Amino acid sequence: MANLTLVQAVRDALMTEMALDPRVVLMGEDVGLNGGVFRATEGLQKEFGEERVMDTPLAESGIIGLALGMSVNGMRPVPEIQFMDFIYPAFDQIVSEVAKLRYRSGGGFKCPMVIRTPYGGGIKGGHYHSQSAEAYFAHTAGLKVVIPSNPYDAKGLLIASIRDEDPVLFMEPKRLYRSVKGEVPEEAYTVDIGKAQVVRPGKDVTLIAWGAMVPVCLKAAELCEPRGADCEVIDLRTLVPLDEETILESVRKTGRVVIVHEAQKTCGFGAEISALISEQAILSLEAPIVRVTGLDTPFPYTLEHIYLPDPERVALAVGKVTRF
Amino acid sequence: MLEKNSKLKKKTTKKIVMKAPAVLRADCFRVLDENNRPNEKVEPKLSKEMLIRMYRNMMATRLFDERGMLLQRQGRIGFYVPSFGQEAIQIGTAAALKNSDWIFPSYREPGVFLSRGAGLFEMLCNLWGNQSDVCKGRQMPVHYSFSDLKLFSVSSPIATQVIQAVGASLASKIRNEKDIAITYFGDGGTSENDFHTGLTFAGAMKTPTVFICTNNGFAISVPTQKQTGAQRMVDKAIGYGMPGIAVDGNDVLAVYSATQEAADRARRGEGPTLIECVTLRMGPHSSSDDPTRYRDAQVFEAWAKRDPIQRFRQYLERKKLWDEKKQEDLEKELKATLAEAVEKAEKEPPPQLDTLFEDVYAELTPQLVRQKEDLLAEQELRGKFENTSEAFPL
Repeated sequence: MANLTLVQAVRDALMTEMALDPRVVLMGEDVGLNGGVFRATEGLQKEFGEERVMDTPLAESGIIGLALGMSVNGMRPVPEIQFMDFIYPAFDQIVSEVAKLRYRSGGGFKCPMVIRTPYGGGIKGGHYHSQSAEAYFAHTAGLKVVIPSNPYDAKGLLIASIRDEDPVLFMEPKRLYRSVKGEVPEEAYTVDIGKAQVVRPGKDVTLIAWGAMVPVCLKAAELCEPRGADCEVIDLRTLVPLDEETILESVRKTGRVVIVHEAQKTCGFGAEISALISEQAILSLEAPIVRVTGLDTPFPYTLEHIYLPDPERVALAVGKVTRF
Repeated sequence: MLEKNSKLKKKTTKKIVMKAPAVLRADCFRVLDENNRPNEKVEPKLSKEMLIRMYRNMMATRLFDERGMLLQRQGRIGFYVPSFGQEAIQIGTAAALKNSDWIFPSYREPGVFLSRGAGLFEMLCNLWGNQSDVCKGRQMPVHYSFSDLKLFSVSSPIATQVIQAVGASLASKIRNEKDIAITYFGDGGTSENDFHTGLTFAGAMKTPTVFICTNNGFAISVPTQKQTGAQRMVDKAIGYGMPGIAVDGNDVLAVYSATQEAADRARRGEGPTLIECVTLRMGPHSSSDDPTRYRDAQVFEAWAKRDPIQRFRQYLERKKLWDEKKQEDLEKELKATLAEAVEKAEKEPPPQLDTLFEDVYAELTPQLVRQKEDLLAEQELRGKFENTSEAFPL
């Protein structure tokens, strides 16, 4: 066991899997010599050489298109998009090419790859270094969306994603890159894709979150305890495919739900979860489902602490659903 | 020019107007002159069998296209994209490849598929999108995909395959294999982001990639001079740090030679090449298009006289490799094979309902399992689904 930060766990996963599987190659902007702007690939080029850890030209669509071709020809690419805010030039390659290749070719071609990208706010990044764009990609048939919230899951989920036969968008909560530490086994291990985790059991209210909003919900649960609400916190870990059972089981127990995410509210992934609960467990509900989310505005710079859900805002929402 | 010692002679002109001209641009490399006599200095030395195979593939492509358009006009298939006039580009490039090389085509390369050995029946099944279509009826007609032949799945968005081909060839390079990748796109495709990233990455990473730009004068209706301010498409090569050459796209021997040299360069580890094949699109963009709305009839007539199949036939006839009898026999044979495959393909039923859910992921997700169950239950309830969709002119 080693005590690692989340970004160190990401690096550890890449290191571990590259040593085990010669097909694994990394590519992206500054991932080679510089080890990535967040140091997620630090030292890997030295370890595995320039052909397996490649500094590419500065073009996100090119990075993904290149990865697709490499994957089709037998490699297992792990391209990095430096910030999720920069992923949109690659939208067509991800949505229409990578995600659709297996289907459109009748299963003849496949292109497993892991698109790693740091996402989320709270780091004074402004509009172009803070976005949480999971909803666009969760709406994409053929793509899996995985988001860890702690170092152990980061390594296990990343290794599972690299070994997965489908393309995975692996979103890393950069706000947690160095702010959380945890015990991480040195060997290779996997955490199942498509399985949520109850990170805090409770009986009164279900809090549903992923990535950087998981610790926010855990803090909110602490705030709520003396106020008389025992919160259960679910870390989804994977948005696609969604672990519906873990959500529904909790909702049937608590009857009250607060969904928390950083992205803007309208058509955010919280809406999907809300619809799922309405479709599958409406008779279990004791109160309307409440979403605590970013605003329907572009992501701000100076006032980002107001834009982003924080423990107190979540606690207020818990008060609302318990008093209903 | 491809390289210092290239046997392909470069010609330059001071002023080149890149709009579908009535005559071939003077800067194009060519083997056949306008009387279809070869320039012996640059004539490729190909075996008799190879020459005849190339001719045969050109004819097979022409007849396949004619049949595809006819099937669409008869209302038997919904859509077709012909490649009339572009047979030399397709067959000339494909003939210069090895079967282990990767091909990333656009949607106007049926001849490349036929040259590589894709089955007529399988290609026709794609036109119907039936249960024997390798794509399981998930794409419009002409979006072929043959993974066992390294013929990459055709996409509709323009030029997406260009950067993907670079990736495939990079993988070969990393593993020290000698396979290269070739990719096809049109003059319109050069305006796309994926063309730019493709050539940028290939130039920077020195990948074994051959880029075939079929400059056929039009992107649907938009003429090449509205596509770019560049004088020639091949001029773009220099900006990406690779050699380029413009060739007569209606001269199969010129196309072959240029591709052969580019492929050899790639195999030797010397990096990518851009080949601009200058031609005129002789058919519509697709079965939904009417080129008389935007194409000059005189220009069309001038290029009709440069038909690549007729030109190559004359070359073969002068070599005593071809004659009227051989032509009749070949057409008869190809038409019979085609008719037989059409008859068989048309009888195939549509894909089963549950194929809708396959291949989205390697395995069905819980969501897809439930949606499949729901749909099967709906089918049970309704008995059958009424097909109300019509082939819309696209």
